Amino acid sequence: MINIDTPEKIVKMKAGLNNLAKGMLRPISRKYDEAEHEYPKELDVFRGMSIMGRKPKKNGDEAGKSKAKDNGEFKVGQNLGTVVSVEEMCWGDAALLLSLPNAGLGNAAISAVATDEQLEKFGNKWASMAITEPASGSDSGSIQASAELDGDEWVLNGEKIFVTCADRCDVAVVWARVKGVEGSSAIKSFIVEKGTPGFKLEHLEHKLGIRASDTGTFVLNNCRIPKANLLGGDSEKKKKTEGFKGVMKTFDNTRPMVAAMAIGVARAAIDFTREQMEEAGISIDYSANPNNVSSLLKEFYMMEANLEAMRLLTWRAAWMADNEEENTLEASMSKAKAGRYGTLITQKCCELLGPMGYSRKFLAEKWMRDSKIMDIFEGTGQIQHLIIARNILKLTRNELK
Amino acid sequence: MFGFSMSKEQKMVSKEVSKLVKGLVMDSAHEMDENKEIPENIIQKAWELGASVSLVPEEYGGHGMEDSPIESIIILEEMAYGDMAFAVAATSPSLFINPLVTMGTEEQKKTYLPLYCKDSYTPCTLALNEPHFGADVMALKTTAEKKGDSFVINGAKCFVPMGDKAGHMLVAASLDGVNNLFIVAGDNPGLTVSEREKNIGCYALPSFEIEFKDCLVPSKDRLGGDTGCDYARFIQKTRVGMAAMAAGIARASYEFAKGYAKERVQFGEPIANRQSIAFMLAEMSYEVDSIRLLAQKAASELAAGKDVSRSSYLAKMYAGEMSMKVADYGVQIMGGHGYIREYPVERYYRNARGIALLEGMAIV
Repeated sequence: MINIDTPEKIVKMKAGLNNLAKGMLRPISRKYDEAEHEYPKELDVFRGMSIMGRKPKKNGDEAGKSKAKDNGEFKVGQNLGTVVSVEEMCWGDAALLLSLPNAGLGNAAISAVATDEQLEKFGNKWASMAITEPASGSDSGSIQASAELDGDEWVLNGEKIFVTCADRCDVAVVWARVKGVEGSSAIKSFIVEKGTPGFKLEHLEHKLGIRASDTGTFVLNNCRIPKANLLGGDSEKKKKTEGFKGVMKTFDNTRPMVAAMAIGVARAAIDFTREQMEEAGISIDYSANPNNVSSLLKEFYMMEANLEAMRLLTWRAAWMADNEEENTLEASMSKAKAGRYGTLITQKCCELLGPMGYSRKFLAEKWMRDSKIMDIFEGTGQIQHLIIARNILKLTRNELK
Repeated sequence: MFGFSMSKEQKMVSKEVSKLVKGLVMDSAHEMDENKEIPENIIQKAWELGASVSLVPEEYGGHGMEDSPIESIIILEEMAYGDMAFAVAATSPSLFINPLVTMGTEEQKKTYLPLYCKDSYTPCTLALNEPHFGADVMALKTTAEKKGDSFVINGAKCFVPMGDKAGHMLVAASLDGVNNLFIVAGDNPGLTVSEREKNIGCYALPSFEIEFKDCLVPSKDRLGGDTGCDYARFIQKTRVGMAAMAAGIARASYEFAKGYAKERVQFGEPIANRQSIAFMLAEMSYEVDSIRLLAQKAASELAAGKDVSRSSYLAKMYAGEMSMKVADYGVQIMGGHGYIREYPVERYYRNARGIALLEGMAIV
């Protein structure tokens, strides 16, 4: 049955998390925007908490699964719970969410496809995700980093850029092409531990926004890792998590998360703008004909409506994942809409705020910088549109490039 | 229980309306628009679905079903997907019946509902919009004044669907600064129905301006009796209804343009294979969903008995802007063919314009 009235459980969950974001993240938001790359030690208290991705539990363990239905009573499924949490945390600070210990993208990948043994070993580590290469961005099928089996070890070579949590992570999930195998099925992901000889953090990037997040470059030079570190294990046995497709599949879960990040940042900007409007005596009234209100109010209402659309698309994608429905299309829809409109909303808020939107005394300018990344990472807006278009038009990647 | 997918019953409702619309409405929508007329049998067939009388108690001729805003938006979207003029014409009796059921006094229900809950479609309507610059249904210029045992209504209304044939209509008027609805007979000598309006869209929908000049209405016909009615919530319910219709128009435009883009070959391949076209369609697809989701959100809150002032307002506003955008893309993708009346997308484009500009064309 269609019923998307926000359940009481989610209302409470949001309120609790918002307090956390307000109390823990907002106060240090500017500090770590200025102190780029410095580890936010205040976040150590979050170690062991599961904000992104499931807690390390064994496969087949029902409690670890994301079933939303049980005895007719509504339960917040894992994916829905995650997007709700991510929105609230990013309302606090998106870069700090990305800096939460053990909440890297690699953790999401490990949660999704790791074997029981791998979960046991790496489930409690901080895992980054290393996909992008200098010559391979959106076209992740074109990556050149190589993996070669030599006895009981994989030998990895290549360069990985734009890795989130590159400095702080314990392990990296590295995508590489298995030598001697043709096509995209050659691409597998490997768990590489920090400190492994031949695995080096080259440098950290200086960025437009999300500066508290340590984005860096890894170089793999004849880096040898155990055979058992192939993420998801032997692909012959685990069809569902097969190679490239398997890792691409994790995006169906992580894209709504990035959409939720965009929502959180955009909402922060909207909330601040609303406060300033109210302080200036401008009353917000959801009844007057929108054609009769001031331009400022109309823009404001439209931003609110867009925010609502972003959130509903995102919750839908997450809810579908919780209910084990195919959601590739809906996940990309949420990311496409939220990425783009998050950027537009934060820009518009700065515009409406005037001097307060340009000054670094306030956070609005930071939100405008931070939100831009949501339309870029985890697949740019253009890539999301490509995925949506192929899906709705039933075109192959060769027909619609 | 929270969820995004239709129940079995909801799917059935959607399928039933869709079947009627695809079989009867879509093929004749162009002709209806050109002839500026909706054949009676089409309206009658839609009436027989029973949506307008489903929540009317059985003793007054209805089905006594539970009020279901979600089912209402499913029906409105499907109908508007077929044709907006048809959708408004077919469901306009709801604009009278629904407020009567939910806010009328027992006497009002007993008197008026049986007249309009018959086996055959019997026009009754709502006179809400006003024909002046800056019109706002929350700041009505039409007034009602208490005089003895009557109210005297003065003012003007426009875009009154089926206004010429309606046996009764609800007239929105301000009484001492408070918005109210009054039950007015179509043959009340105090009102004058204009010639049929000529509008940008919905050619097939008969709509009228109505002038009220010292129009006398008995005291007992103030909706809700002496205390009046919850006018704000009534407007909110119409906003949700219009958002649902917008989803229907937008989806129709999106689907047609999508089908065209797959067929239309230029430079040796279908234009759908070009990113410039494909990305527009991608955007249309999630904007259609967004419009629907916002309508669903407001309808879900209505069903839960919550305050929907914000959600209904944002839903209609979004629906107005985005259905226009989607309909615009639909025409643009089809290029010159989109501009020709032989194809439906130009009609969707004209019809979508009404969502943002009008109020009270549908109710949930």
